[in-house]
Amino acid sequence: MKVGLTRIAHARSGDKGDTANVGLIALRDEFYPLLVREVTSARVKEHFRGICQGEVERFELPNLGALNFLLHQSLGGGGTLSLMTDAQGKTFSTALLRMQIDIDDEEALRLGLTAEN
Amino acid sequence: MLTGMKDRVRIAAGQGFWGDLPEAPVRQVEGGAIDYLMLDYLAEVTMSIMQKQKARDAKAGYARDFVTLMKEILPTCMERDVKVVANAGGVNVRGCAVAVAEVAYELGLMGKLKIGIVSGDDILDRLDDFLARGIELRNMDTGEALHTVRDRIQSANAYLGAAPIVEALSKGVQVVITGRATDTGLTLAPLIHEFGWAVDDWDKLAAGTIAGHIIECGAQCSGGNCQYDWQSIPDLANVGFPIAEASADSTFVITKHENTGGRVNLPSVKEQLVYEMGDPHEYITPDCVADFTTIQLTEDGPDRVRVSGIKGRPATDSLKVSISYSAGYKAVGTLVYSWPDAYRKAEAADKILRARLQRMGLSFDQILTEYVGANATHGPLAGEPSPDLAEVQLRVGVRGNDRAAIEKFTKEIAPLILTGPPGVTGFAGGRPKVEEVVAYWPALIPKSEITASVKFLNV
Repeated sequence: MKVGLTRIAHARSGDKGDTANVGLIALRDEFYPLLVREVTSARVKEHFRGICQGEVERFELPNLGALNFLLHQSLGGGGTLSLMTDAQGKTFSTALLRMQIDIDDEEALRLGLTAEN
Repeated sequence: MLTGMKDRVRIAAGQGFWGDLPEAPVRQVEGGAIDYLMLDYLAEVTMSIMQKQKARDAKAGYARDFVTLMKEILPTCMERDVKVVANAGGVNVRGCAVAVAEVAYELGLMGKLKIGIVSGDDILDRLDDFLARGIELRNMDTGEALHTVRDRIQSANAYLGAAPIVEALSKGVQVVITGRATDTGLTLAPLIHEFGWAVDDWDKLAAGTIAGHIIECGAQCSGGNCQYDWQSIPDLANVGFPIAEASADSTFVITKHENTGGRVNLPSVKEQLVYEMGDPHEYITPDCVADFTTIQLTEDGPDRVRVSGIKGRPATDSLKVSISYSAGYKAVGTLVYSWPDAYRKAEAADKILRARLQRMGLSFDQILTEYVGANATHGPLAGEPSPDLAEVQLRVGVRGNDRAAIEKFTKEIAPLILTGPPGVTGFAGGRPKVEEVVAYWPALIPKSEITASVKFLNV
């Protein structure tokens, strides 16, 4: 079944020059392996198609149940050069949470995730 | 532990950026027991604004807000022995200290106040010497050589770490004012001073650095901008700014004053930990390299999160340098289109605008159109805009080196009201303003080139 990331994670994003960073944090510890397995760099790069022009790097923080993504060349030049409303990448967090991931029904049941209405 | 040394030190954050809640530091000082008030005033481009202010007036070039604040809180700080550490000095640290001293005189604090002045970060006058000696100061992000922007540079500062602040504190000052010091150093320095941590005790230095990282954005770790269960976060109108309550063993608790709003819990602290994070294995500061993958968080009662387990590694041989340079001009114009077909109207207006700009022969380095209300923040992820949107704001920005071209652009927005699609409003602000773009150039410099200076002013 498909599950929206909003049901299993929260996030915060920011900027370093033209790179946006998105920290994606599991809502419960047992959701973290799901994030590690499903929310890959390639998946995130594809999700931000048309927005992220560069590479996507991913770092794991199992101690926080979190992943950190660096989305290079994503902020229209970054800082004061950027003309974007969100030149600081503050809303990349919620943009990432739009992602839907596939979970088989058995695993969903085990994690207490029921089908969305 | 040495006799007289504290076993617990409470450091309160009072400003997350220059322009944060003016009353926050006052409430931190008056709302409960703290030992230090830490104030971060300097964003990356703040230094260029301050250089311009100083060029106009040799006495200016620092955060005036800090002086106003000191007038309000200095008597209470002295009465309660709250020490203040602030990077409010900008490009005129001495000028800032003198202004605080004047305030102290007015308040009748003569003979009681000692101010520490930390400078040596300003390298604007030394750039040509560096370049001549082969210190290239290449852009860390792009690899470009500095000479491409040399004649447009407005400010250049190395980020100082905790050491000179520790030196000032060791001489018994009540207030330490720095120029470009790292945000994290403002928190780490009091801990080194109070607990006598060794300069190569990397785990402890990393812990103090991470304490600084958590509280440096003010309420962003205590309920502000927190996605987790945001609707249940109580009383943000009365949000409590964070306090790092540190122990000599380098564990610490993030908390806030009682009877304040907001929330400190695992999710609020985790969100701040990942904010503006690069490679979590190496968070590099002048003081150490901190490893965010070693942080252990546990709830320690209501609005208390305990942080422990932090590992660090030796500091690098470099300091980060922040250079600002003039990079042309920009302007942003907006108009609001209403239902029905708000998005289509805004889109049509953009086409008309661009055709006119082209006919005028204007070209820009960058032109960007956004549709606020439809997809300005999430772009294509927002999906096809609904024809039923109540309104859409057309937002067009241009940037380029030719100021005259940008000026002409600003005169083309309002005419769209009478010469473009219908149902338009939202032009009350008049013509868009042309802004100078001051861009940021990050670089590295060998530590051996930078000597921090620590001086004192006795009031």
